[in-house]
Amino acid sequence: MTNPTSSGRLSMRLGYRFNLVGMSALGIILLWAGIALFAPQIIPHSVGEIVDTDYFGPVSRDLWFGSDYLGRDIFSRILMGARYTLGISLAAVSIACFSGVALGMTAAVAGGWFDSMLSRFLDALNSIPSKLFGLVVVAAVGSSIPALIATLSVIYTPGAYRFARALAVNVNTMDFMVVARIRGERLPYLIASEILPNILGPVLADLGLRFVFIVLLLSGLSFLGLGVQPPYADWGALVRENIGGLPFGAPAVIFPSLAIASLTISVNLLIDNLPSRIRDRSAE
Amino acid sequence: MTGNLVEIRNLRVEATTDAGRRVEIIKGVSLDIAEGEIVALIGESGSGKTTIAMTLMGYARQGCAITGGEVRVGGVDMVKLSEAERAGIRGTSVAYVPQSAAAAFNPALTIMDQVIEVARIHRLMSAAEAQAKALLLFKALSLPEPGAIGNRYPHQVSGGQLQRLAAAMALIGQPKVVIFDEPTTALDVTTQVEVLRAFKSVTAQHNIAGVYVSHDLAVVAQIADRIVVLKDGTVQEMGTTNDILEEAQHPYTRELLAAFRPKTQQRQPDDEGVIKRPLLEVDNLTVGYGPRSRDGQPLIKAVQAVSLKLDQGRNLGIIGESGCGKSTLARAIAGILPAHAGDIVFNGRELGKAGRNRTRNELRQIQIVFQHADTALNPAKSVEDILRRPLAFYHGMRGKTRDARVSELLDLVRLPKSVRHRLPGELSGGQKQRVNFARALAAEPTLILCDEITSALDTVVAAAVVELLKELQRELGISYIFISHDLSVVEAICDEIIVMYRGQKVEQIASTRLAAPEHPYTRLLFSSVPKLDTGWLDNLEQDAEQVRAYCHP
Repeated sequence: MTNPTSSGRLSMRLGYRFNLVGMSALGIILLWAGIALFAPQIIPHSVGEIVDTDYFGPVSRDLWFGSDYLGRDIFSRILMGARYTLGISLAAVSIACFSGVALGMTAAVAGGWFDSMLSRFLDALNSIPSKLFGLVVVAAVGSSIPALIATLSVIYTPGAYRFARALAVNVNTMDFMVVARIRGERLPYLIASEILPNILGPVLADLGLRFVFIVLLLSGLSFLGLGVQPPYADWGALVRENIGGLPFGAPAVIFPSLAIASLTISVNLLIDNLPSRIRDRSAE
Repeated sequence: MTGNLVEIRNLRVEATTDAGRRVEIIKGVSLDIAEGEIVALIGESGSGKTTIAMTLMGYARQGCAITGGEVRVGGVDMVKLSEAERAGIRGTSVAYVPQSAAAAFNPALTIMDQVIEVARIHRLMSAAEAQAKALLLFKALSLPEPGAIGNRYPHQVSGGQLQRLAAAMALIGQPKVVIFDEPTTALDVTTQVEVLRAFKSVTAQHNIAGVYVSHDLAVVAQIADRIVVLKDGTVQEMGTTNDILEEAQHPYTRELLAAFRPKTQQRQPDDEGVIKRPLLEVDNLTVGYGPRSRDGQPLIKAVQAVSLKLDQGRNLGIIGESGCGKSTLARAIAGILPAHAGDIVFNGRELGKAGRNRTRNELRQIQIVFQHADTALNPAKSVEDILRRPLAFYHGMRGKTRDARVSELLDLVRLPKSVRHRLPGELSGGQKQRVNFARALAAEPTLILCDEITSALDTVVAAAVVELLKELQRELGISYIFISHDLSVVEAICDEIIVMYRGQKVEQIASTRLAAPEHPYTRLLFSSVPKLDTGWLDNLEQDAEQVRAYCHP
């Protein structure tokens, strides 16, 4: 009666089903993560070194992705840029989601004036356009990597808060919350032990999505010259530096854009195709 | 046997699970229904009764498919028809009355629009004719104000009325067979009587055959000509209603019948020497919802000035129909919903009204068990984690001692040790309710408030849970306050019974004197509980004036 395929048997053993799109998306993300970690060891040329006599050089055997507006190797610069794009975005998304989710669950459980005040305050913060907010902060305190991380986290905390609060409010009305409350449990236990396990799945999906937004916003800020400052360059900065090559169809502007696209699309595809738990496990 | 209206032959239905495995749900069922005959399908949940009833419409639920056999309705095999042909038959030859009419009606359309929709879709008659026909049906189903009720919206009529309107919707296309899918399960007993009467007279009047799906044997006994007992997708026993009730052959049928006749309590008369110590005294308790008015009274009073007393080791039952305030009373005693006025004295000490004003020890001694174990157990935590928490919280247990105690608790509620690591979603309804109960026991309470804990369970499972409660009481000496709308359950376990009506205590009687209630509402309520006797509904005589006074079906 049962006739699972070999991949079916593997997913059966793990108890999860994971489709091909999700797996390839995960592969690309892991590839970028590996590149970010080991970039200094694998770059063929130094990022500051001018290796081509021509600017906006074409793809060649030596320069895989061509050369940039100063004749530097764009392949090496993308590999190094991965460190900034991934590192800053990851730091910012972790801070934003941690504080947003913690505040959201607290507001849902505590309710009352705490909930109202916090919600109104974060709504107000949310209503400021994100790029404008970034512009103002950079104009005020200048652009440094810690300032960028802080700005990006502040911009994305209200969204994470709203999302987590909406989920937590539903969980909060369940009978097991009543049981825990009447047992005499305090707030930290209620949010960490009763609510969080129930909203973890959607919260992780939201984290991935927010990561994409942050990558795009960071690239946007860098494109405007407000993000990562030379001599460092993230992917957004690479696009901006080489925008002059667009009329010539230079690979120097196309490849950094493709890098941004591949990462953000992969994260989105992974979120849409997360492994799903197989409920019927009797055929094991 | 040829010429029967419905002939099901060797029916097989399979489901495909998310692991790609195919499971046979219905394993070769055959049955017949003659014209005008009502056949009941009974069995516990998961026995396939609804699935079989649905195949009469050629329908199988998402993920299921009819894989073999034939289902002939009026000579047409529903299995072989195309989806479009089946759609033509649904509503005209076969119609369906759902379990929850409230979920089946569209809240945005008037009732009349929805009742005559079948006639419109199948172009059976003009709108005016259909409305005239609907009016006749409303009258036949003894709905109040038949002329006006069609202009209302679903939320403007009561649950019992909506259930009868769903029947009108099913009957308007003049079907030959009607599927009744547990149509009275969600109703109060007093309402159920009215609805059953209406169904019975209408089907007899129009000579309509019916399939009545239910797990309630007493209800089925009133309405069905024949009974088919199902278990695990196979027919266990089939026979006329009297045969099944009188001389059931199959062990499962007997189990079902036995569960229906709860043994009345075998309690020793009070020992003369022992002085009864009151465990809980509730005095003039008023509980309500909504904003408070100027004089400090809540907008809606769900419980009004109720007093009760419970002695150590005794049980108290609270019964009444939905909305009478019985659950609110329990929540106020537990401190979940602070009472507005009155006193709660527990073990000689006055308790704070809100749970946060009580000490941890006071909270520990009163535990509440909710009706729906699905929502009362955190779906993301394993059974072990759920039981460990109260042990650590109230008793400071850690490590091996705590794990040993978890095993003991599982033993106490008769669950195998293998469920330890499972999530609540992986347990059956009865098992979940046992875990729910074990969590309350983990606190080592002296009083457990049971809020409709058997209502969501099958008869056989519910009987087992009640048996378990009795045993635990003998072993641990706990007291229960048992809230239910089901008199037979309360009767089986309680010493005293309080009857509530619209937030007020109507009567308090000892379970030994149940036969002679004094208050008219109690009499009405008790007489509405269906009995395992085919003539019960026909012989039931209720004072029409009282029905009107207390019933709002």
